[in-house]
Parts: sequence; structure tokens; C-alpha cells
Amino acid sequence: MSSPMEQLYQQLILDHAKSPHGRGLADGHAAESFQVNPTCGDEVRLRVHLAGDAVERVSWEGQGCSISQASVSVMSELVSGEPVATAEELGETFRRLMHARGEGLDEESEDRLGDATAFTGVARYPARIKCALLGWSALRDALIQAGHAGTPAAPPTEEDA
Amino acid sequence: MTATLEPRAAEPAHVLTPAELAAVRADFPLLTRTVRGGRPLVYLDSGATSQKPDVVLDAEQDFYLQRNAAVHRGAHQLAEEATEAFEQARQEVADLVGADVGEIVWQTNATAGLNLVAYAMSNASLGRGGAASRRFAIAPGDEVVVTEAEHHANLVPWQELCARTGATLRWIGVDDDGRLRTDELATTVTERTKVLAFTHASNVTGAVTDVAAFVARAHEVGALTVLDACQSVPHLPVDLHELGVDFAAFSGHKMLGPTGVGALYGRRELLEAMPPVTTGGSMVEVVTMETTTYAPPPQRFEAGTQMVAQAVAMGAAARYLRDLGMDAVAAHEREIAGLLLDAVAAVPGVRVLGPTENRDRLAAVSFVVEGVHAHDVGQVLDDAGVAVRVGHHCAQPLHRRFGVAATARASAAVYTTPEEVAAFGAALASVRPFFGLGDGA
Repeated sequence: MSSPMEQLYQQLILDHAKSPHGRGLADGHAAESFQVNPTCGDEVRLRVHLAGDAVERVSWEGQGCSISQASVSVMSELVSGEPVATAEELGETFRRLMHARGEGLDEESEDRLGDATAFTGVARYPARIKCALLGWSALRDALIQAGHAGTPAAPPTEEDA
Repeated sequence: MTATLEPRAAEPAHVLTPAELAAVRADFPLLTRTVRGGRPLVYLDSGATSQKPDVVLDAEQDFYLQRNAAVHRGAHQLAEEATEAFEQARQEVADLVGADVGEIVWQTNATAGLNLVAYAMSNASLGRGGAASRRFAIAPGDEVVVTEAEHHANLVPWQELCARTGATLRWIGVDDDGRLRTDELATTVTERTKVLAFTHASNVTGAVTDVAAFVARAHEVGALTVLDACQSVPHLPVDLHELGVDFAAFSGHKMLGPTGVGALYGRRELLEAMPPVTTGGSMVEVVTMETTTYAPPPQRFEAGTQMVAQAVAMGAAARYLRDLGMDAVAAHEREIAGLLLDAVAAVPGVRVLGPTENRDRLAAVSFVVEGVHAHDVGQVLDDAGVAVRVGHHCAQPLHRRFGVAATARASAAVYTTPEEVAAFGAALASVRPFFGLGDGA
């Protein structure tokens, strides 16, 4: 049985933090969002690249803790090539995971989140939830800017505000 | 049980004996709790807020249990007792910092006190306060000088004052060791300078300012001095009359007192000349439908019902510190500062922002761990029960000066023990290995 801290810092998170996916801003994007966590100074600048109704890819730059940077990296892998609607649903599912107090979600939701379930343990540490959500907030903001009003699945939470 | 030490007037500063330190700790109930699955709490975040001794908690509760009433009004015994407790607390705070009782204005915290001065200057600039307040007026062409080491609380109010009045903001830099560039005073502080606002001790680097040099330069050019004393009052002997500053602000919650209360010190003649900012009840003399005359200080700056129970408890905190003796507090924390610096130096890949020499510095040590973000450093320390602050500590420009976005900070108070510093050092040594980085930098 691993400790809560080992569950927080899953190997997958440490690997993504070390070798992030999608890092490096690319041109040809539909919209860009800059998000900062004012309490700790973590920041991410994210561009969403669209192909029709699908997220072709996201490109980003950022600085911050391993949780925030790994979360953008995992998200970037997860949403690339997915329809915009699917990307938005994944975002909502990930937000639910962050409010599950470390208990995780139903099997179907976790299957859809794939590697992003590695962040389950983050939800045990309220101060770190914002870190994990930083990139997802940037994606949602960029998609709205790109003209996708978003599926009004869940009301905005304090962390998203 | 309250720890009291033998009086030691004129003795050299005395470092707390282990028994005395144990007695101090016994006054702080929270320090006995455990965190994260039963680990003893190692509280090294006193720079953000201190823990509270029984006497402070009791003072606040006792006020509500025995003496709660509106102060400065009412013709009944409770009102008399409440007023006496409130004003006695003001006296305790004044005695701690070398001020006269009428020079202490209750504020909700130091931020409010600093904003009070800045907004009073705004009002004076608009002509409020008449001829007496003209010395506070500020206009385009005038300058306000701060330092690059300031907490946002002693920076943003001055940025805003300049934005409102058209004055220009300038600042004194910080050297590579984290100390203020006192040598820049001669060129940056000029005849145009109306205010010189600076910290007594940085909440990030721990560096203690050469206040005398700042005050001397301000006097040469006729500038007002405003001291952020948040980090000095809880940790060092402070005599505001001797320092010669015009204003100083500090918070109750950082000096073993409660949240919701702090103090602004102002030299009496300045407070008497300064126009009010928050207006309303309790701060007036004569009110007609057309106009109002104002009460003398400090009441002029205390509109509305005050945080009386908290003020009483802040008074108890001031008394507790004076009973310990600020020389003894400072000597103990100086020893802890040395241990903290040694602990950090012993871990490869750790860089300190601030003086590494244990001279003119507080026991607040901010650092970066190469290859590991401060937030992650704090998390690993927390897992060992060690509470530190992570982030920019409300001093973004200072962090930018050192090219980092965030640091971790270990900060002590009078109740911090050498054993706690050792536990911190051991936890810090585990950070880089936890993230798969070598022992070396």
C-alpha cells in the first residue's frame, strides 16, 4: 500500500513532468489562453489547434510544479485528435475526478480519462487541485474563444473561477 | 502556565535554555498536535502567521465571557471595563514597540495600516484636512520611493497612490545577497521624494534593514518614512521612537496575537495633522447636516465598531513577548537562524535567496531546490510533518529579481526548537531523491 504522497506523485506524473508532451508553442492555432495560479505563480500558455470539429492538437508553454506541468502534458495527449465535444467532456470528467477526494470515479469515466486517472490522489490535497486543473482551464477557455460555447455540463466550481 | 524568564536588564542577550524553551512551547496548545498520519507537527511557517499562546486565547475569550460591551460609550460598568481593557491593550502594544499610547491606531492588519497612510495622503492631496495636512499632499513631479524587497502590502498601495495623484514611483534595489542597496539612497531619494516606504525585515530573505541609513536620508530631503514592521516586531526588540520613523505598521497575527487586528504607529504630530480616511461613527466631534469635525487621533482613524476582543488579545500577545524579553526572543531566533542556514547548506542542490551569513537577518530562510518546484518541495516536507510556505510570499518583484517564480520558506518564532530544524533538514535532504534526482546539484 503506497502512502498518500506516493499516490499523489505517481510515476506517470513524474515522467510527464520530466518529459512533457505537446510542450512548445506552435503557430496555426485557433485560439490561445493564458492561465495563472496567482497563489503560487504557476502559469500555462496554451494554444488549441483545430481541424474541423476536432482538436487536432494543443501546444503549450508553462512553468510550475510537477502536478501542473504533468497535467497539461497528459491532457495534451488525451485530447489530441478527439472531437471538440469529447475534449470538453473529458474536461468535465477530470473536474469531477478532482472533486472526488481521492476516491476516484466510476469505471467507465476512469476508462475514458486513461492516464489522467493518475491524478486521482491530487484530490486528497485541496491546495493542489488548482495545479492539476490549470491546463484544463486553459483548454476550456481556448475552446470558448475559438467559438465552441462548450457543453454546459457542470456549473463552474470555485477552482475554475 | 505562562513561561516567564528571569529579568535580565543590562545582561547580554540570553539564549533560551532547553527548559525555558520547553516552558514556552507548553504555552502553545496547537504545537502538540500531529499531522499527516500521526507525525509531530514541525511548524516553520511563522512568517506567514504565528501560533498563539494560552494567554492570548484566554484574553479573547475572557473579554467575551466577562467584559463584552461597546467601548468609549455607554454609562454602565461593563462599558467602562471594556473600554479599559481596550485602552490597556493599546498601552501594551505601545510599550512593546517604544511608542506613546496615543500613537497606536488599531487597524485590521498591517496592510490596512499602510493603506491608511496612502489614502490619507490622497485625501490631503485633494485639500482635505486643511493647512495642517498640506505636508501629506503629493502631486505630479513628486516621488514615492519603495524598495524591491517589499511585500505587496508595502508596494501596491504606493503604486495606487502614484496612479491617483500623478506622482512617480521609484525604488531601491536589492543586492545579490538579498540586502537592500543602501548605497542607492543618495541618488534615488531626492528633494522630490515625499515618502520613503521600506520594510524593517524582508519576509523572504530575512534581511534586516539598516533603518538608520534610510531615516537619515529621508530627513536630509524632508521625506516621510513608512516602515513595514510586520516581520520585525514579533522577532526583534523594536523601539520606534529610537528608530525615528514617521509611520510603522504591524499585524497582530504574526506576533502571537489573533487575526483581524493590527496596528499603525504614527508620530503624534503627524497623526494630529493627518486627515481621516474611513469616516463614520466614533471618529467625530461635532456632526451637523452640512459638515463634521473630527476627533483627535487615534480615534480619528478608528471609525465604526472596532475589533475589541482581538485588540485585547493583541495586547496580551504584546505583554507575553515583553515578559519573555525581546532580547531573549531575538537571541533564541538568531540561534535558530544559524541552524536553519546550516541545515539548508548541508543539502546539495539547495540555493538560498538572502543572506547566508547569520548577521542582521531573521530566522526566515527562503530557498530553491534545483530541479524541483517549490510547491513540490513543500509537499514532500509536509509529508514529514514539516509546514513551510511555498510560492512568492506576496513579493513577486523580489522573486523576479532573483529569476525565480517561487521559493519555499522556513520561518521560525520564539517557540521553534533546534530539534524541529533538524527534522526540517532531514526532510529537505529527501526531496531531490524522491523526485529521482541525484544527491548532487
